[in-house]
Amino acid sequence: MTATTAGVPAAAGAPASQDAPRAVATTTWKAVIGLGVVLVLYALLLLLSPHDGSARFLLSTSTDLFVLSTFVVPAMATAWVCGGVGLAVLLLAAVRTRAGRPVPVWAIAVFAAALLVGFLAWAAAGSPRDLSVVGLLSGSVALCVPIVYGALGGVIGERSGVVNIAIEGQLLAGAFTAAIVGSITDSPWAGLVAAVLASALVALVLGMFTITYKVNQVIVGVVLNVLVIGLTSFFYSEVLVPNAETLNTTTRFERLPVPFLERIPIVGPVLFNQTIVVYLMFVAVAVVWFALFRTRWGLRVRAVGEHPKAADTVGIDVVRTRYRAVLIGGAMAGMGGAFYTVVSINQFGREMTAGAGFIALAAVIFGKWDPLRAALAGLLFGFATNLQNVLSVVGSPVPSQFMLMLPYVVTLLAVAGLVGRSRAPAAAGDAYSKE
Amino acid sequence: MRLELRGITKRFGALVANDHIDLVVEPGEIHCLLGENGAGKSTLMNVLYGLYQADEGQILLDDAVQEFDGPGDAMAAGIGMVHQHFMLVPVFTVAENVMLGHESTRAGGVLDLDAARAKVTEISARFGFHVDPDALVEDLPVGVQQRVEIIKALSHDADILVFDEPTAVLTPQETDELMGIMRQLRDEGTAIVFITHKLREVREVADRITVIRHGKVVGEASPSASDGELASLMVGRAVELVVAKDEPTLRENALEVTDLEVVGPGGQVLVDRVSFSVRGGEVLVVAGVQGNGQTELTEALLGLQEQVRGSIQLDGQELVGRTVRQILRAGVGFVPEDRNTDGLVGEFTIAENLVLDRTDGPPFVRRGSLQLRARDSFAREKVAEFDVRTQGIETRVGRLSGGNQQKVVLARELSRELRLFVAAQPTRGVDVGSIEFIHKRIVETRDTGIPVVVVSTELDEAVALADRIMVMYRGSVVGIVPADTPRDTLGLMMAGIPPETGPQNEGDAA
Repeated sequence: MTATTAGVPAAAGAPASQDAPRAVATTTWKAVIGLGVVLVLYALLLLLSPHDGSARFLLSTSTDLFVLSTFVVPAMATAWVCGGVGLAVLLLAAVRTRAGRPVPVWAIAVFAAALLVGFLAWAAAGSPRDLSVVGLLSGSVALCVPIVYGALGGVIGERSGVVNIAIEGQLLAGAFTAAIVGSITDSPWAGLVAAVLASALVALVLGMFTITYKVNQVIVGVVLNVLVIGLTSFFYSEVLVPNAETLNTTTRFERLPVPFLERIPIVGPVLFNQTIVVYLMFVAVAVVWFALFRTRWGLRVRAVGEHPKAADTVGIDVVRTRYRAVLIGGAMAGMGGAFYTVVSINQFGREMTAGAGFIALAAVIFGKWDPLRAALAGLLFGFATNLQNVLSVVGSPVPSQFMLMLPYVVTLLAVAGLVGRSRAPAAAGDAYSKE
Repeated sequence: MRLELRGITKRFGALVANDHIDLVVEPGEIHCLLGENGAGKSTLMNVLYGLYQADEGQILLDDAVQEFDGPGDAMAAGIGMVHQHFMLVPVFTVAENVMLGHESTRAGGVLDLDAARAKVTEISARFGFHVDPDALVEDLPVGVQQRVEIIKALSHDADILVFDEPTAVLTPQETDELMGIMRQLRDEGTAIVFITHKLREVREVADRITVIRHGKVVGEASPSASDGELASLMVGRAVELVVAKDEPTLRENALEVTDLEVVGPGGQVLVDRVSFSVRGGEVLVVAGVQGNGQTELTEALLGLQEQVRGSIQLDGQELVGRTVRQILRAGVGFVPEDRNTDGLVGEFTIAENLVLDRTDGPPFVRRGSLQLRARDSFAREKVAEFDVRTQGIETRVGRLSGGNQQKVVLARELSRELRLFVAAQPTRGVDVGSIEFIHKRIVETRDTGIPVVVVSTELDEAVALADRIMVMYRGSVVGIVPADTPRDTLGLMMAGIPPETGPQNEGDAA
């Protein structure tokens, strides 16, 4: 039986359930057009604003086992070669789309990487400073920490059926509490624990309104964000600013280099010379993934988020399961919040999370509600943020306002265009009631 | 285990869904609970299963009074349920669904999937099912999904098994197999409660029958009772079981569908090169198990599907590629499959719903403002004509019973100048009285000389209404046959086996 005759059994009495329904390819030109537009913009940039000189990529730090020499390339030549690679991918994508096959993800990754390298070469051309690749990557890891923790919290909540718009508020509450408790006790650990508790408290309020009182989840989340911003801003200016010495000066976590591993070039300083909060993040991503997909708890959380009534009819307490998931999610976000005030810098600032919670929300969707993918999405957004920092250090010709937009543009493109068909947990957003 | 319900009463606000219901089910018997849609059968079973708390009355198992706070308690006491709307998580595998709520785990709460797979395989073997424990439930046909639901109930060692309207989604052959499974379970000593409103099934399998009407037990019947006796007990009066209609008078005007193809968002072909024609003055019933492309076919007729290829010609006028409004203007009347989501706005009044499709001009809208007086007199007239039982035209449609809601849809669609009438599942969830009325109106519409297309998953309805029957399976047409085709042949067609090659080939079937 061939695919084209499926739907009509081949012989009399043949078991009818064997044949699969016929399918036709429905490829769109969206990906090709998107890549084409980016490539044209890239070419225009190179043509209208050529940069002579060479770009210097610094690959090593002083403590490495062996030193990789600084990589010097002629800027414009490199940029055009990278553009050529991009063009090749574009042609490949066009051919595949014509043939009715989807554009593979690796092709898009190669395209993005090629244009990124080309862009960096162009931007760093003629700069007196070297562009530190290690700095670019390790900074990305550091900056993605609150996003990844926030996204993990979001994934757990949404998998149980509660949409968590309040990640921003949870991060901010965590940062604020960690600053105060960390300052009073002089212990970053106490700050971390306090941040977890404060975020869980925000999550408890979210849970009460959305699970018990069945208020619209989006509205409660938005209101909680505004509430937390208001409260922290008020107490910041009224309490923290006058008592900055005692209440808003924390001791930060020290970097904890992993012996030996940290001396591997590039990988070492990027992954193994971080603070305990970053290492805990690596662990958390793996643990959340394992818990969601391999344990009884995870099976029940997912069941409650997909089909709460089915869960109810086999004796699972939907309300309790959701509360637990939302609280655990809140605690996760709290870890991310603590990052701001006991890892990154040593004090709290008004609205210092600056939308990271919303980027985390985007990472949840971009990551298709999977902890590993969501973490990778968070890493991508962290990279975009740090790219802007690094380029301003080497003295990029791009206006800084444009660079500040970069993480948000990446978010928008990622969620709108690249995510493909993603399916949210079926019951996410719906309160459960039995009747 | 012996089940006894004593004086169960359940109220929802002013509505008494169950009014002092008594019921005894002995081990090793199939006890049929017969009643119309909305009679309170499902409510009673949800009370038994711990989903609802009874306002009054007691549940006894082997003469011991039970207190169920939730389904977990009921299951622990040995009650299992095969739900009408399957309680399966679509994105989970069969094994995950079966283990859910009773997971066996290894150290650290890690799921023991092997144990669940073994359980699925073991129970499947007992009943001769072929169910892959690792298949995703959403990829399985509904008949197999139901078996998963049965496996799930049995995996909890249920002594009392409730089947809530289990045959609604099955082909006649699958229904027969289900009956066999129920008999096998009974012979093993399980007490079975079988909820249905289909008389044929009741007589075939029941050991005892209890009839419920308006939330009350109205009597017991023996399985040897005739259809007419059971129906009148269920409805409370004599019921006309056949639809009276004359031989069709065919006219020249026609709906011609040629090589129609509807493609879903994921590229799956939902309607696969379907061709048929319906002449003016005849009813074509599209039969088949739910989910075989009938929904998409009717939506394509109305222009509601996005990726449509092929041709739909109504009296020579091409409809593919037109907007819904243009198609309505061309004279297509449409009763959608789900009146609550597609047919009516529940929060609007009857009067508002009756003019929903005519808000673009006179007589109900002039210069952008609603003509309330014209609307209300129109509504009063239609409510009387279509026998909508209501307190007034200002009643919100969401508060009407299913039958009266459907009459409102029908009144709206039939009050325009029509050249084609399409009705998808026109009597689903509708009481017997309204069913009679709706069938009568459909036949009258046919007799005005326009083509009529009716989608029905109920074989009885298909046979009663049709001049010809078209059976769909997996998006394709299995065959178009006369209405007097034997039920066995139709049943096999619903499973995808064309009449020419079916084992009991009837010479006149094509």
